[in-house]
Amino acid sequence: MKFTWFHLMPYRFLPDDFKEKYRSVWVDIPRDLYDPKLGHRLYNDYLDQLEFADQMGFDGLGVNEHHQNAYGLMPSPNLMGAAMARRTRNASLVVLGNSIALYNPPIRVAEEFAMLDVISGGRLVAGFPVGTSMDTNFCYGEVPATIREKYNEAHELIIKAWTEKEVFAFNGKFTKLRYVNLWPKPLQQPHPPVWVPGGGSIETWDFCAEHDYQYSFLSYFGYIAGKKVADGYWKVMAKRGKELNPYSLGFAQVVAVANTDEEAERLYAPHMDYFYNRCLHVYNGFADAPGYRTQSTIRSGLLAQVGREAALRREGMTWKDFVDQGYIIAGSPKTVRDRLTHAMKSLNCGHLMILQQMGSMPPEMVRGSTELFAREVMPHMRGMWSGFQDKWSPSPLPESERAMPAPINFKRAETNGKTVHAAPHDSRSAK
Amino acid sequence: MKTSHSIGGGRFAVETYEFGSGEPLIFLHGAVGLTGMDPFLDELGKDFKVIAPHLPGYGDSTGGDLIEDVTDAALFVHQFMDDLGIKSSYLMGHSMGGMLAAETAAHDTSRARKLVLVGPAGFWIDEHPIPDFFAMDLSEMGTCLFHDPKSPLAQLFLAIPDDMNQLADMYVERVKRLSMASKFLWPIPDRGLKKRAWRIAAPTLLLWGESDRLIPPVYAGEFTSRIKNARLTTIKEAGHLLPYEQQAAFCKAVRDFLKG
Repeated sequence: MKFTWFHLMPYRFLPDDFKEKYRSVWVDIPRDLYDPKLGHRLYNDYLDQLEFADQMGFDGLGVNEHHQNAYGLMPSPNLMGAAMARRTRNASLVVLGNSIALYNPPIRVAEEFAMLDVISGGRLVAGFPVGTSMDTNFCYGEVPATIREKYNEAHELIIKAWTEKEVFAFNGKFTKLRYVNLWPKPLQQPHPPVWVPGGGSIETWDFCAEHDYQYSFLSYFGYIAGKKVADGYWKVMAKRGKELNPYSLGFAQVVAVANTDEEAERLYAPHMDYFYNRCLHVYNGFADAPGYRTQSTIRSGLLAQVGREAALRREGMTWKDFVDQGYIIAGSPKTVRDRLTHAMKSLNCGHLMILQQMGSMPPEMVRGSTELFAREVMPHMRGMWSGFQDKWSPSPLPESERAMPAPINFKRAETNGKTVHAAPHDSRSAK
Repeated sequence: MKTSHSIGGGRFAVETYEFGSGEPLIFLHGAVGLTGMDPFLDELGKDFKVIAPHLPGYGDSTGGDLIEDVTDAALFVHQFMDDLGIKSSYLMGHSMGGMLAAETAAHDTSRARKLVLVGPAGFWIDEHPIPDFFAMDLSEMGTCLFHDPKSPLAQLFLAIPDDMNQLADMYVERVKRLSMASKFLWPIPDRGLKKRAWRIAAPTLLLWGESDRLIPPVYAGEFTSRIKNARLTTIKEAGHLLPYEQQAAFCKAVRDFLKG
């Protein structure tokens, strides 16, 4: 079993009456709600948390791309990947990912991912999402009817740019390039492992099966509702005669660990409420632009991730409901161990994308929950799926061949007549 | 009467509504398409041979994948007229259809004998942004589309069927139509008509609902300033869906212009 510690990087300071006062956390959220001074603290806290997860032995550190919203503050996850590449040592950098239809030309993604892979010594997981409708259609203006075609073309170009030995010309419908010649090329050969995050578009399953990519189902409905999607995915894999290898499926799950079940509720309930009622407060009109989801996905009855229906389903739910229905796996280490083991077994999932900073959770709480998980849950689940080979994790350079960042030494500046004060660590966090 | 035409050597099957007889009047619908209950077309059928195709990707019309932008759409209109043996005729378009009719008339200046543009799309004025139709729920649409969103007509338009299967079908069809429309209108409907509108030679009538809150009447100036032989008539107590909301005044204005 592999564990990727995933960060959404929410804005933690939305007002209490946010849901009543504003129609959407995404797309047209008022700009004056964002305070860049608090933002400065947040980014640094969040990077600290990811670095901490590396030190606690998690296999991967996850980041993703979203635009114009307070749900996740990473318009460019590659910047986060770059920051992590220098300050983490062992974990994979799971950039999940770049919405490749949005880049013009899309070789920008091939280049930046290659850079991250080279800087990190081959620790990159390359994620290729289509991106949410809010991000792609409403914020970035992509025509819903053609975004999937554009995605497919961008994918073809990026893979070709990574793998082709010679300079080549690319005559696409959306991108035309006379000379494609990637410098640098990725360290992992032929290219970093590709994971495709999806919210439940059924075409994605075929796409992953066809290319041997890992499919990551990112849902906030939890593992019980997620089973329908996982079953659909495995059905497609079985039909194509693929090995039902748990490592070819990733699943995002909210997990919160405390010393006891009661303590978990007391500590985390308000922050989960913040997540579900503020971070996911997306105006229905932005949830699903006409043509964004294909007709077959709509007909399949799979629920859109956000919007009115998703919100109605959550309406009036208490902590107990969230826990009972599997949206959240929370409680003492034993409770979490048992439920999470059961959840991963029921989904046949080998890559857990664990969400431990949710909504307004402050740093010390994130640290506590993460540490408890790493010490008292993770070791017990490690051995799951030991009979399977994980073909979807990066293959970094051996430790002995990897470059290490030089130690930071501000004293050098003093010798030039300047003094640089680093603030003590505990005063840096946003409270 | 509903019929189907095979267009472009079978590339498109085009569901077409035809009414009356006389001089052909081709009508291009707006983003939401025809409802199948479009009484102003029957009414105009008393004086003209009204031919109202569902654009590819709408209703039972096929070939939506072959149309990706306004040029493809305008070429489709040319092909449709060619295959129906119509060299030149009255051409009318509503909203998105007005944009496509104007494009068609600009490409080939002999196509339209006379041009009627009803609350047409095709421009963007920073000072008067067009509300985002694609992000609206039904009640917002009501406010944007009708002079009186509380009228029985508006309520009929905005009704949601009780039957779940019917609702699912309606939803899928709506998504299909708006997905086609997004090729011309998303995210901003300016696709270069401002470069081409000067070529339009046909006498042109702009018809606007006085309380059009989707494409406000101020947009008429973009057309009348570029099209040499254009004039504007606004219709009182009408919103963006003026052919439905003020059918009599609308049909009279069209008739007077085309017959005059």
